[in-house]
Amino acid sequence: MTTAQKTRPAQYARPKYYDLNLAHLPLPGLLSIFHRISGVILFFPLIPLGLYILQDCLGSPAGYLYWKSVFALTAVKVLLLGAVWLFAHHFFAGLRYLALDVHVGIGKPAANASARLVFALGIIATALVAWRLW
Amino acid sequence: MSGYRKNPVGAHYGLLDWLLQRLTAVVMAVFTVAAAVCLLVNAPASHEDLRALFGGSLLRVATMLFLLALFYHAWVGVRDIVMDYIKSAALRLGLQTLVGVALVFYAIWSVAILWGK
Repeated sequence: MTTAQKTRPAQYARPKYYDLNLAHLPLPGLLSIFHRISGVILFFPLIPLGLYILQDCLGSPAGYLYWKSVFALTAVKVLLLGAVWLFAHHFFAGLRYLALDVHVGIGKPAANASARLVFALGIIATALVAWRLW
Repeated sequence: MSGYRKNPVGAHYGLLDWLLQRLTAVVMAVFTVAAAVCLLVNAPASHEDLRALFGGSLLRVATMLFLLALFYHAWVGVRDIVMDYIKSAALRLGLQTLVGVALVFYAIWSVAILWGK
């Protein structure tokens, strides 16, 4: 180990440059950060909310009818579509990572193309659910 | 090239978590595709339909398996995110404890939902 490596003098401030604008990210980067954000939202509040609704719907006919009337509201349908997109994006982005783990789709052009495909599939899946809802 | 050489040692549970996150993902993906196809073909239209659907053991066990996979997957994912962004050790430990307790609670709640009256 050389002396230079052992001690790194902080005589001058190291340059810092954080580009935090998501719009400047390449598509695979955008996919990645949305994979994280969707994961957090799926964890909370969507897991407890989903369990609560399942419990109500299985619990009694009144509970079922209550949630049926709630999901008939346009605003709730829009929120549900948002949740569906989060799930679909997390799902397809996850499959892409599984493929990358086994070295399928490595390389810049392939990774860009698969990221594009993930965003397209997320939108298609959401559109499919929207079509079923209305 | 002489340089700083590090012999990485540790508990190695990181690799197991990494692998389990992927295995649980595959379990959930299979369940999700099957559930999506079933819902597209024949969605339950009433409380009685839903009760009948969950009346058999097969769907209950499959749903429980999906949920357990989900909770473990969420544990690894949320823990990774907490470790990445929360620098304060106290806050990090507090959040991880909260997340872990919540997930164990969800697992018990899931059993109550699926097998309770």
